Amino acid sequence: MIEQKIDPSKYDPRELGLKVGLEIHQQLDTRHKLFCGCPTELIHEEQGHEIDEFIRQLRPTRSELGEVDIAALFEWRKGRLYHYHAPRESTCLVEADEEPPHELNREALIIGLAVALALKASPVDEVYVMRKIVIDGSNTTGFQRTAIIALGGEIELPSGKVVGIQTIAIEEDAARKIREQGKYTHYMLDRLGVPLIEISTAPDIETPEEAYETALTIGQLLRLTKRVKRGIGTIRQDLNVSIRGGVKTEIKGVQRLDLLPKIVLYEAIRQKRLLEIRDELVRRGVREEDVLGQEIVDVTTVFEKTRSKIIRKALRSGGKVLAVKLPGFAKLLGAEVQPGRRFGTELADYARFWGGVGGLFHTDELPNYGISEEEVNKLYSVLGARKEVDAIVIVADRETNARKALRAVLERAAYALKGVPKETRAAKEDGTTRFMRPQPGSARMYPETDIPPIEVTEELLSEARKLVPPKPQEKIKVLVEKYGLSTELAKQIIRDVRLDLFEELAEKYGSEVSPSYIASIFTNILRSLSREGVNVENIHDYHIEELVDAIAKGRLPKDAVPDVLSYIAKNPEKHVADAIKELGITVVDREAIEKMIEEIIASMIDEVKEKGLRAMNKVMGRAMAQLRGRVDGRVVADIVRRKIEEVIGEKQ
Amino acid sequence: MGLSLEGYTGIARSLLEKAGAKVGDYIRIRRSDGREFKGVLMPRYSISSRPIIVVKLDNGYNVGVRVDESTVVEVIKTKEALLEEARQGAPAVIPLLEEAPSGERKPRVVILGTGGTIASRIEYETGAVKPAFSARDILDAVPEVGFIADIEADVIMNILSENMRPDLWEKIVDAVAKRISEGADGVVIAHGTDTMAYTAAALSFALRGLPVPVALVGAQRSSDRPSSDAAFNLISAVLVAAKAPFAEVTVVMHGTISDTYALAHRGTKVRKMHTSRRDAFQSINSRPLAKIYPFEKRIELLRQALRRRGEQELEVSNGFEKKVALIKYYPGMDPEIIDFLVDRGYRGIVIEGTGLGHVGEQLIDSLQRAYENEVVVVMTSQTLFGRINMNVYITGRKLLSVGVVPGEDMLPETAFVKLSWILAHTDSFEEARRLVRENLAGEIEYRHTIDLYPRWPH
Ligand SMILES: [Zn+2]
Repeated sequence: MIEQKIDPSKYDPRELGLKVGLEIHQQLDTRHKLFCGCPTELIHEEQGHEIDEFIRQLRPTRSELGEVDIAALFEWRKGRLYHYHAPRESTCLVEADEEPPHELNREALIIGLAVALALKASPVDEVYVMRKIVIDGSNTTGFQRTAIIALGGEIELPSGKVVGIQTIAIEEDAARKIREQGKYTHYMLDRLGVPLIEISTAPDIETPEEAYETALTIGQLLRLTKRVKRGIGTIRQDLNVSIRGGVKTEIKGVQRLDLLPKIVLYEAIRQKRLLEIRDELVRRGVREEDVLGQEIVDVTTVFEKTRSKIIRKALRSGGKVLAVKLPGFAKLLGAEVQPGRRFGTELADYARFWGGVGGLFHTDELPNYGISEEEVNKLYSVLGARKEVDAIVIVADRETNARKALRAVLERAAYALKGVPKETRAAKEDGTTRFMRPQPGSARMYPETDIPPIEVTEELLSEARKLVPPKPQEKIKVLVEKYGLSTELAKQIIRDVRLDLFEELAEKYGSEVSPSYIASIFTNILRSLSREGVNVENIHDYHIEELVDAIAKGRLPKDAVPDVLSYIAKNPEKHVADAIKELGITVVDREAIEKMIEEIIASMIDEVKEKGLRAMNKVMGRAMAQLRGRVDGRVVADIVRRKIEEVIGEKQ
Repeated sequence: MGLSLEGYTGIARSLLEKAGAKVGDYIRIRRSDGREFKGVLMPRYSISSRPIIVVKLDNGYNVGVRVDESTVVEVIKTKEALLEEARQGAPAVIPLLEEAPSGERKPRVVILGTGGTIASRIEYETGAVKPAFSARDILDAVPEVGFIADIEADVIMNILSENMRPDLWEKIVDAVAKRISEGADGVVIAHGTDTMAYTAAALSFALRGLPVPVALVGAQRSSDRPSSDAAFNLISAVLVAAKAPFAEVTVVMHGTISDTYALAHRGTKVRKMHTSRRDAFQSINSRPLAKIYPFEKRIELLRQALRRRGEQELEVSNGFEKKVALIKYYPGMDPEIIDFLVDRGYRGIVIEGTGLGHVGEQLIDSLQRAYENEVVVVMTSQTLFGRINMNVYITGRKLLSVGVVPGEDMLPETAFVKLSWILAHTDSFEEARRLVRENLAGEIEYRHTIDLYPRWPH
């Protein structure tokens, strides 16, 4: 018998024969977009922009062999329309698909080639832009333009493990989905066309942690070029995961890096569980044809007086309740394949996708949801099903939809006897994944005939060589020598996404605020705030610059820094100066402090003259009694020392 | 070999020939630097003669591989073997729509193809777009039209829009007339957009009596792409052909850049006003006949038609004079250009003049000579918007005195087509000059209301 619940800690990914390949998509920081002259900065919706709007439909296209993208077809049949918002500041006719694309942005190509060289990949000799059909409306054209610029290569992880690189491509980012409203999906076009680099690794990754390390190491390499964007949504990971006996599953849209190990582990577990379900079905003697041969039965009469709100609602709007028996599937639909996600949920995903229904009920979870035991018993008898042996799935909806949904359920259930189906899945916030669509075939790539191929010339390559990022070890050495960071701190800061900001601030304020302290804002203060649950994503670069500036000017004592940052995280529209005021951190200007210290020294001038610098503690004590929490102690100490030295100097 | 190694020259070509490879074959390229590439051989569209072979890798991407004498190319699988495999693995073809149109009799609409791709398929191995134009192909690609009309389709020519010529207008006129006389309830002409407005004008003049609507339609985005406007425009055009209450020659294209409604423009007042936008076609000095909502299958009339459906019998006066020129005046234009046309036996010249209808004084003598040689000269304006008035300034009056005919508010292109048509139907110089000023097919609007001029952003 198969356990219903699973304990993720019991699974050893290595033992499962885990293999993971990563696809990392990173926005490049170029002056303009990949195929037009628009800037690559996104708009801030709250600021009020001139925005043009238009509405489009996207029709599924057929390949020569008549194949049509099934997910796209379903959306089109439902009358799905796309409502586009085109800010004039950051879009033009190209994004609106009202003008052919311009030539590929050379700057993006050069950055891409630089990354390729850093990854020891071999650039192709001529770059061809392709159209990858994507009909969810996120591209106004219905395809994403993408081009392979290099093949092969490798990256070494800090552990010494080497992960192979398969391809490096340059492609256009998609539009931002802003909302769904009935049959309209709304997209903001500012992001459409921003250049991305896509790095695909070989399936050399063997543990969830290695997947994380690989993403981190590649991310670091990209940032060291100083030509990539950062911030939410500027880097995204897709995954290909398989285990021994399983199948390569695509997982899309992993935005949070820290979730990556969990998603990998959960997918390995899902495949393992599907294999266990298969073995259990075989053990029970269930055959594929037994499943596929099941008849879909109208059981509306069973639910005539039901208390289930969902079923009553479906029946009121002219729907029916259809049911199908899954022979030998008892207790399997209720079995988890991922924490909180049962095999029945997998079937429900198929019912939704193929039938367009809201969901399904199955007997492993019944009676429940207003469905009574009596109704369940009737179901068993109408379908000739055996309790504890068979499972029954029911769907309440328009008859045609319900029938399609149950047909899909039967086919998915029959596939359980084969093992793991080939799917594209979407990552969820809790680390689990849901079925998104069947994996598209390779026939969805066509040449972009509007853009001429580009020869990768020696001239392009020599420009790329100038941008090849330094190796992490070299960079660490530079940071230690130039800014006096400890090796440990340097190692931490080069893994930080805001490395470039650190360097900028260290350069500008290094003589007033120690670079080690600036680095620790990123590596220590922000991280511990994040651990405490402060939403540090809200803190902009300019906030941090304001903060360091305030410290440099003596307006902000260091012990108040965490409070200021927490305040900013909660009120991202405010500035550091607002935080200082709101938090009651009194602004004491330097002159006032100097004057106060002069007065303190004057009041005990004999003692100071006698003891010299040994009197410093006493002067400090008196000064800090008045200034604590308002001025950094070190600033006060500096002034005290200087003033005492002046006094002693007078004496000499 | 010929077409099978499309675009390849030099070393690349001889390597491929030696390997016996053709476009579509799965090949392996081994280079002396040790790198190896496997993929489907693609045609080379680039004009450059660099020694590069283009292959489609297994992941679907194309890349260019530089080759030299020491490179080894071999064929792993032929195109035929690949296609056979693909065919076996391909799932059953799924129709776009689940429902089929009812069997009841619907209006008969004939779709005539002249070139371009209102429906097309992408070639599996090379990505080339192949036109598809049987009624079956159209119904597969745009099944919605089958719910509006009983569709027949015919390809009458297959040319690029820019290669359209007056003798081909005649061929289109004949094809349309034949289909109408055979009982079609409306005709749709699929046409490249570049010269569609000229053809629309030609049909407007040649179909003197018209009992049913004729709708020209095209696409600004090719039909192989999901965002193509081809289907939207075609459905709209079929709606016009099948249901419109007017019997006029129209151009039916996107009304805005949204997929909301199309506009049916009068064939003599329409002009392509943008190189690439979906809503490139606009009525100039005029208002469109109707808004067409293809999703709702609704036609909203915007103005009175010249004639209603079924009001007239079919009457055709086909023929266009080839010796007619359309020239644009520019500062300093050399009068020899006019002299050349007169000497070469041209019978008509349409000038796109400046402003109200002027050209530089240096042309006056040559225009006088044209008049003496019975060459009809018609004045239109580069401003496109507004009406010719040659009485206001001295140059205009001089031009009138040398016999230049003011073209009212006609589009230069329409005046050109009109003059070609007139001169093919009369030998009388004076009759031709009179007909130019007569409103024959709605090409002249005598009232321009204030709103007829668009507002540009500022
Ligand atoms: Zn743009």
